[in-house]
Amino acid sequence: MIGLPTAAAAGIDTGDTAWMLAATALVLMMTPALGLFYAGLVRSKNTLNTFMMCVGAIAVAGVVWALVGYSLAFDGSGSLIGGLGYVGLNDVTFLPREGTTIPHLLFMAFQATFCIITAALVSGAVVERMRFGPFLVFVALWSILVYSVLAHWSFGGGWLSANGTLDFAGGIPVEMGSGFSALAAAVVVGQRKDYGRQALLPHNAMYVLLGAGLLWFGWFGFNGGSGFSTGDPSVLAFVNTLLTPACSLLMWFLLDLIRGRKVTAIGAATAIIVGCVLITPAGAFISPGWAMVLGAVGALPCYAMIVWRPRTRVDETLDVLAAHGVAGFTGILFIGLFASLAWNGVADGLFFGNASQLGDQALAALVTPLYAFGMTYVLLRAMGLFTSLRASEHEEAVGMDVVQHGEEAYASGEGAILVLPDTDAEPLVAESG
Amino acid sequence: MKLVIGIVRPEKANDVLEALYRAEVRGVSMSRVQGHGGELDRVETYRGTTVKMGLADKMRFEVAVSDDFAEAAIAALCEGGRTGEVGDGKIFVLPLERAVRIRTGESDRAAVTPVGK
Repeated sequence: MIGLPTAAAAGIDTGDTAWMLAATALVLMMTPALGLFYAGLVRSKNTLNTFMMCVGAIAVAGVVWALVGYSLAFDGSGSLIGGLGYVGLNDVTFLPREGTTIPHLLFMAFQATFCIITAALVSGAVVERMRFGPFLVFVALWSILVYSVLAHWSFGGGWLSANGTLDFAGGIPVEMGSGFSALAAAVVVGQRKDYGRQALLPHNAMYVLLGAGLLWFGWFGFNGGSGFSTGDPSVLAFVNTLLTPACSLLMWFLLDLIRGRKVTAIGAATAIIVGCVLITPAGAFISPGWAMVLGAVGALPCYAMIVWRPRTRVDETLDVLAAHGVAGFTGILFIGLFASLAWNGVADGLFFGNASQLGDQALAALVTPLYAFGMTYVLLRAMGLFTSLRASEHEEAVGMDVVQHGEEAYASGEGAILVLPDTDAEPLVAESG
Repeated sequence: MKLVIGIVRPEKANDVLEALYRAEVRGVSMSRVQGHGGELDRVETYRGTTVKMGLADKMRFEVAVSDDFAEAAIAALCEGGRTGEVGDGKIFVLPLERAVRIRTGESDRAAVTPVGK
C-alpha cells in the first residue's frame, strides 16, 4: 500500500510544527475559556446555556469548517471567495501548506480553532433568550456566509490581502467579524424581557476573571501562532500579546477610578480581552513600544462604548461590539498609523512615511463591519421566517438552563426523586448535598 | 396588625417587590425556600440519572403591616406574582400579636410604620 506523502518529504520545519501543534491546542482552549467568561456575566439560571453555546460552536463550526468552510476560505486566490478544492479535506495532507513550513493538515486545524471561537463570540449578543437549536443552525450558516468569506478576504488570498491590507491574526474576520455580527444578532433577536427594567447582574465575577485569564493564556497561541512559525513575527506578536493587555489594564484602572472611584474586577477582566483584541491585528506589525501605546489609547473607545451601550435600547448583552468590534477596528487602523518596516519587514504606516497603508487599513475597517452586520442581519431575519429564534417570555423567566437543557448549574439535589427505569420499585429520594 | 406571608415564583420576585413598593409597603423580608404545592414535577437528567425535582424553588416574602395596609400588601403580592399557570404560589395572612422596633423600642403600629410617615 502506498501511503500519503509524509512530512519528512519536503519543506517541513519540525520546530515550527511543534509550536503550531501547541498553538492550535491553546486557541481551542480559548472557547471553553470564553464560555467561563460569558457564563459568569449572565444570571445563574442561564449559566449552562451560555457555556453550552460555546461548546455548541466547537461542535458545529468545527465540523462545518472541515467540510466546507476551510475550502471556501483558503482554496485559491479568488477575489471574493475561495474554491471547493479542499471540500471534505480533499488534498489537505502532511505536505506543507503553501507559504508555510508546517503540514497543511495542521494549518487547517489551527484555522478551524479561529472559526470556532469567532462563532462562539457572537453568542454573547443573544445569551439568556435565544433558543439553543436555532443558535446551532445559525453557527453552521454564519461560519460559512460570514466567517469563511472574511477569512478569505484577509488571510486566504482574497481582495483585501491582495490590496495590501495588513491583518496579522484576525482583526478583520475574528474581531470585527464577531463584533458587528453580534450587533446585528442583538437587533434581530431583540432585547431580553427584563432589559432596561431590572438590574441584570453578573452572577459570578470569579468565572469572569478566570475566563479572562485563560483567554489571555490562549491568546499567546492565537497571536503567537499566526506567523505559522517560530520566526521573528511570531516572537514579536507573542511579546506584544503580553504588553498591550497590560497597558489596557492600567488604562482601565485609571478610567474606573475617574468614573467610580474604584477599580472594578469585572472591568479588569474586560480590559484583558480588549487589550488582546487590540493587538490581534497589529501583533507582528508594530514595535513593542507602540504596542504599549495601542493598549492604553485603544482602551478609550472601548470603555466609552461599554459605558454608553447599556443606555441604549440595544441589548447587545455581553458587549461583543465594544470588546471585539471596536477594539478590532481600532487595532486595524493603528497598523495604518504606526506599522514599522524596521520591525515587520513588510510595510510602514503613516507616521513612518507611508500614508497609503492607512488607506488600505481604513478600507478594511469600513467594509468589514458593513458586510458582517448586513449578512448576519439577513441570515437571522431569514431564519426567523422558519422558526422562532427566541424562547417565550415564560421560558426566559424560568431560565434557559432548565428549559433548554433540563439541568441546573447549581442543583442542590434536595427534593429530587430518582426515576428508576424498568422497575416498579418505590422511587428513592436522592441523597441531599 | 397582620403578618402577610407570600410564597411566589423566584422569577416573579422582582415584580412583587415593585408592586409592594408601588403600594407603599416598605418593610419586607425575603428568603429563598424550596417547597411543593401540587404543581407538576420538573424532570432533569444528569448523565444517566433522571430525576424528578419534587421541590420547586420559591421566594418567601414576609410583610408585617398595620391592618389598613393588609389588603394593599395582599393585592400587591397577587398582582406581582401571578402568571396564571399552576405554581404561582400562596399567600397566608396571620394575626400579629406584637411588633417592636429594636432601635427605639417603639412597638406595634409605630414599629411597622416606616420612619418619616
